[in-house]
Amino acid sequence: MIVFRYLILLLVGITALGVVRTRDTTCQVLALSFYGLLLAVMFFVFQAPDVALSQIAVGAVALPLMVMLALARMKHSSEQQKKKQEAK
Amino acid sequence: MNGAWRMRIFFLAAAGFACLYFLAVRNLPPWGHYRGPYGDVMATSSVFQRHTTDVVNAIDYDYRGFDTLGEEFILFTSVLGVMLLLRDPEKNKGISRSGNMGQATRFGAAGSYAALLVFGLYMTTHGQLTPGGGFQGGVILATASMLIYIAEDFRVFKRITSHPIVEALDALGAAGYAAIGLSAFLFSAPFLTNWMPLGKTGDVFSSGTIAAISACVGLEVTAAFLMLGYTYLEEIVSETGEGG
Amino acid sequence: MNQIVHIFPYLVAGWVFLCGLYGIATSRHLVHTVISLAVVQTSTYVLLLNIGFRTGGAAPVFADISPGITTVDPIVQALMLTDVVVEATVMALLLAMVVKAYEKAGTLSPDDLRLMRG
Repeated sequence: MIVFRYLILLLVGITALGVVRTRDTTCQVLALSFYGLLLAVMFFVFQAPDVALSQIAVGAVALPLMVMLALARMKHSSEQQKKKQEAK
Repeated sequence: MNGAWRMRIFFLAAAGFACLYFLAVRNLPPWGHYRGPYGDVMATSSVFQRHTTDVVNAIDYDYRGFDTLGEEFILFTSVLGVMLLLRDPEKNKGISRSGNMGQATRFGAAGSYAALLVFGLYMTTHGQLTPGGGFQGGVILATASMLIYIAEDFRVFKRITSHPIVEALDALGAAGYAAIGLSAFLFSAPFLTNWMPLGKTGDVFSSGTIAAISACVGLEVTAAFLMLGYTYLEEIVSETGEGG
Repeated sequence: MNQIVHIFPYLVAGWVFLCGLYGIATSRHLVHTVISLAVVQTSTYVLLLNIGFRTGGAAPVFADISPGITTVDPIVQALMLTDVVVEATVMALLLAMVVKAYEKAGTLSPDDLRLMRG
């Protein structure tokens, strides 16, 4: 069990670096989602079920979803502007 | 300032931080040997004092209730900020997208929505007994509602999430928390005193104001995340609908 | 060596913090900056969780264990619990600001945001 805990911590450290090193934002959202799930596992392993439950919902679903939607919105507004310029 | 210089300054600062952090951490109690008395006092006394079996929620909604009230209002104001920045009532006209999802998707999503709804409600109402509570239950209830958007079309999602009732529920949840805190004044007790009957340990209606506050928080978090989802989706979907 | 094993979890917290800061310092995309800030935030979870941890301690839920059994520290968990959810809405606010900045300035690179310099 101790080994498993150290392993999870090691994974969290590696994944954190991976998330910030990913430069493509769409890929980064997926990395963030994975990181959120990993943190949820860490909370479970360290005897914090309450925090794990909110981390699963927030870290793996809600936060990446919001980033995705914000990205989609920005892409959409830039397309919209291009259309306007072409119309002129 | 160019990129190379910025990196040099960053690595200098990071190295300094790393040294100081290492020195500071060296004298912490070794990992796995928790010493502090407060956690143990809380863990042993809250079952008897507050009749809650989940100590974390007893701390959140009772012992540390004033702090959680502050966090609650951070949540409230940041959702308010998102709505102020992104909502544009002019643009939101002429949604004509119809759902053309397969029957299997719709059926599966409807089934999982029902299951998640029950699970979220269970979480919100059983926070004082088992892991769960208003924060977790609220997030689950709100994210489950995204399934409506996947399975049905945006109009159904909009009719549910943009309803003024959702905004009212958000305010009601925040106000309910404060009202429960203020209601202690009626008994000339300090703010957020747990004055309701504590009930039998292990019963759903136990732990007095903890359960009530948890339900208020659940209401607010659900409404807040529903509004966030709707606000972000609004423009994308409404204009794709116009285009074709 | 033994000492390193004992402080390794705290070092991971510091490492995650530095990773997030590195992301912010090298960021060329505002959404990337926001996500890096979320990573900085998670370093506090790692630190708090490990400070309150006790080897062999049970989860602080007495639904099916008798009170008196040693548990891990419930206070740090209460601190994290509210923060996880509130953090998500703060991130939503930051992203809303990014969207608005993009609509006004037409760029997502922090270096090109001349509007900020007044």
